[in-house]
Amino acid sequence: MKQVKQITILSGKGGTGKTTLTAAFAALAEDAVIADCDVDAPDLHMLLHPKIIEKQEFKGSKLAVINENKCIKCGLCREKCRFDAITEDLKIDPFSCEGCGVCAIVCPVNAITLTEQISGYAYISKTKFGFMVHAMLNPGEANSGKLVTLVKQNAKTLAENEDIPLIIVDGPPGIGCPVIASIADADVGLVISEPTMSGIHDLKRVILLLKHFNIPSLVCINMYDINRDNTQKILEFCRENDIEVVGKIPFDSKVVEAMINGKTIVEFSPESNVTEEIRKIWEKLCNVLNLTGNC
Amino acid sequence: MIVSIASGKGGTGKTSVAVNMAISLGSNIQLLDCDVEEPNAHLLLHPKIIHEEPVYSLVPSINERLCDHCGKCAKFCPYNALFVTPDEVLVFRELCHGCGGCILVCPKGAIAEGRHKIGKLSLGYANSVEIVYGELEVGEPMATPLIREVKRHMNKNRNVILDAPPGASCPMVETVKNSDFCILVTEPTPFGLHDLKVAVHVLEDMNIPLGVIVNRAGIGDKKVYEYCEKKNIPILFEIPYQRKIAELYSKGIPFSLEIPGWKEKFRKLFNEVKVLAGK
Repeated sequence: MKQVKQITILSGKGGTGKTTLTAAFAALAEDAVIADCDVDAPDLHMLLHPKIIEKQEFKGSKLAVINENKCIKCGLCREKCRFDAITEDLKIDPFSCEGCGVCAIVCPVNAITLTEQISGYAYISKTKFGFMVHAMLNPGEANSGKLVTLVKQNAKTLAENEDIPLIIVDGPPGIGCPVIASIADADVGLVISEPTMSGIHDLKRVILLLKHFNIPSLVCINMYDINRDNTQKILEFCRENDIEVVGKIPFDSKVVEAMINGKTIVEFSPESNVTEEIRKIWEKLCNVLNLTGNC
Repeated sequence: MIVSIASGKGGTGKTSVAVNMAISLGSNIQLLDCDVEEPNAHLLLHPKIIHEEPVYSLVPSINERLCDHCGKCAKFCPYNALFVTPDEVLVFRELCHGCGGCILVCPKGAIAEGRHKIGKLSLGYANSVEIVYGELEVGEPMATPLIREVKRHMNKNRNVILDAPPGASCPMVETVKNSDFCILVTEPTPFGLHDLKVAVHVLEDMNIPLGVIVNRAGIGDKKVYEYCEKKNIPILFEIPYQRKIAELYSKGIPFSLEIPGWKEKFRKLFNEVKVLAGK
């Protein structure tokens, strides 16, 4: 069996264009599984309109439950809980409970049990561009990293069974657990940045993260023309660190119009400068990944 | 009063609102940047840092002389942070939540607690605004213990503004917990609306009163406004889409310092929030 390649789109800072870019790649790719790994605020489905084939329950975390009839109000659970998840009147605060079970083992009358929660759902779907895997974490839930891992397992199984050579992952913002889960097994991390002070700061941290996990990084700059001095700074940073900049995407209000019309920029405005630049970025990626048949 | 600024979707302008509000209020303000994965408030505020400290989480430290490799610790650990072989115990410190359960279940008293650095906390001042922010160590997955540490520095005698991370999972929940009010910053686009709805859902579950700021008003469509009207969510104000505002942000300059009238608007906003929060 051929090795399935994986590219993860990241940014550090939110709102720099990860989903817009991933959706465009979905439209350009000949043969790829698209994975939306921003599981607590997924947006890609609004551009790709997946039809769900399979829905899976995600049991991510446990929650402590106190049996009021057995409880003798000794307060030992509250004393030992490290997460301040037991209130003064000895009730479980579901927003603080991390499901560790310490309260259950210290309770002298076995009044506390842990219950498994459905924390969200994972989906395997089809779009007009091919397969898409995605998920929705229940609002306020923990363990988004585990759900990202489930989405990626689904992507991998699908790619192997259907003989699809590439997985394109739309990553979450930040550098924490869901991001780390989204870059596991990636062949390359493509960081989409913007020429703002925050964008540059966050780009550097996400590049360090990729380095930490030995994943090669590529950079593209979105809305590069809103601050050319900062674009220059990003280019210099990348040059000093030997990172290839694969493209500079101009600002264009058509990107928002495409979103409102529920379309990828490639479909909505195929002749625009944005589409043209993304096309070039895509070709470079295919070269880097040795996937010439996919362009 | 404790006001948190959150959004669901990233890049909608949370930090910009938090910093501009803090600057406009002037005195007696504390800004806690709880986006410890990508803290940005200090890039706009340019504070003078007067204190820095490393932040640790507690992780098990195994005394191999006492350990008989019975495996009870690994069996208990719900986060799979311990793996017991016949010869040794492997500790995956990044996975540990620091609950302390392994220590409680070890029959030999072979587990003590050690420290594991997860990030850094900084405290500083920009004029009269006090800022505290955390920076998660690159490669560390867990943001919430560091957010808790940043919030431990909260001074309740001041007005406190909390800048939340994007999303609607545990780091966001940890930040907004115990707020008197939460301002959700969104943009009038389908992505903005979708993620706003998720964030509203979380805050409703947590019983935190909320209002919305529409940033980049003028782009996109009217659906955010229709949603807020239907749900009876107050739209506190709008920040128009202006190239000038975007340019100032890109340079790291809070726009209320450069464009006349905005400080007054942010002060009014804060007073309105006070009323809505019943303070």
